[in-house]
Amino acid sequence: MVTVVHPNLEKTDAKMSAREVSVYYGDKKAIDEVSIDIPTKYVTAFIGPSGCGKSTFLRTLNRMNDTIPSARVEGSITLDGEDVYRSKMDVVQLRARVGMVFQKPNPFPKSIYDNIAYGPKIHGLASGKTELDEVVEKSLRRAGLWNEVKDRLEDSGTALSGGQQQRLCIARAIAVDPEVILMDEPCSALDPIATAKIEELIDELNGSYAIVIVTHSMQQAARVSQRTAFFHLGKMVEYGRTSDIFTNPLEERTKDYITGRYG
Amino acid sequence: MAEHTVKAFDEDITRLRGLIAEMGGLAELSIQESLEAMIKGDEDLADGVVVRDKKIDALESEVDKLAVRIIALRAPMADDLREVIAALKIAGVVERIGDYSKNIAKRVGKIEARKHFEPLTLLPAMGDIAAEMVHDVLTAYAARDPVLALEVIATDDKVDAFYNSIFRNVVSYMMENPATISSAAQILFVARNLERIGDHATNVAEMVHFAATGNYPPDDR
Repeated sequence: MVTVVHPNLEKTDAKMSAREVSVYYGDKKAIDEVSIDIPTKYVTAFIGPSGCGKSTFLRTLNRMNDTIPSARVEGSITLDGEDVYRSKMDVVQLRARVGMVFQKPNPFPKSIYDNIAYGPKIHGLASGKTELDEVVEKSLRRAGLWNEVKDRLEDSGTALSGGQQQRLCIARAIAVDPEVILMDEPCSALDPIATAKIEELIDELNGSYAIVIVTHSMQQAARVSQRTAFFHLGKMVEYGRTSDIFTNPLEERTKDYITGRYG
Repeated sequence: MAEHTVKAFDEDITRLRGLIAEMGGLAELSIQESLEAMIKGDEDLADGVVVRDKKIDALESEVDKLAVRIIALRAPMADDLREVIAALKIAGVVERIGDYSKNIAKRVGKIEARKHFEPLTLLPAMGDIAAEMVHDVLTAYAARDPVLALEVIATDDKVDAFYNSIFRNVVSYMMENPATISSAAQILFVARNLERIGDHATNVAEMVHFAATGNYPPDDR
């Protein structure tokens, strides 16, 4: 089955490209020949019912599935044309370029300052205290958290509220100057106000980074993304402009899912 | 269409469609009765049309409220969203159609020497087509049928042709029978109202097409 790509979709610069990507967990095929370009300047949302493979596919983009022994990836994924799965790829470096934010905020059990400073330090992106201070402030500012934490940078990151912790994690991802940010249900553990702040942040970051977000909230996909891909049973069923997918989807399965008629 | 997982959503949509159908049915009846009243000089029938218009107005505000509630509570998407938006707009248009019938009804008492007043005989054929357009567009709405909607749109040319022909006829009649000019002018207004009803039925047809397909009908008509 071929993905239905909306015919009116403009060509855009692709930051990452997946071609006929299949993912297996042991014998089970979790992703079936998915091809998609992740645009440089847009937010791309992956939607679909639980178990459709959207998170699995997201995790192939920075090789997070490597940590699962039975997982196997076929097909090709490139970042700026470079094969992400080539044997010489430095996976730590890859994950700095393709950062990730998870469903539950997972700050390090360290100070707010160290949460941000850790990445730049190990990647050698900042030398000396002054430069590091700058990176920490800049990252926290970009994540919209600076004013809330500037007087308590030595407090533990885990002492922040859930929404603040999630913005801390986004600041941490930004600190190493990534090119792509993957977000796996970044708001599912947050209240509506904290969610709105994250969504505002995604809007702010849009254009500076290629952002891919997996979300169960279709309203959220509609609000924050410019491109939407609908996944179902491991296949990418439909891909197009978010405004088209939510007003006039071409595929029956997409329509049934987004209108709440699914199964 | 398949059912929503949340049954109450289906009930809301069904109720919305039911309101539109009810409004449309009343509007269609008002077209027929206002014309019948006009032709027969039946002022009781005309009064009934005026009273019915209040009911149509009340239904429109019910559609508005329900549509807003559905948007707020159910966050409809894709064809559901188009359905709700179309219902909102269709209700507004059908309300206008009701107004035109009411306007025709209000002119019933203004025709003098009705028995020998020829221009009245021009109206029924045009009225039938306008009423049929409204009937068909409601059928298209109920069946979500874009093809029938296109047929309704095509019919509007006939109504326009009727209007032009009645206009010419009535103007000639006025010149030949200057004593009846004020009654004849009423007939021009009635014909004009029917022509507007045809235009509004066309608008509804465009909405039906949009709700069913996601696209407005092509412009080359």
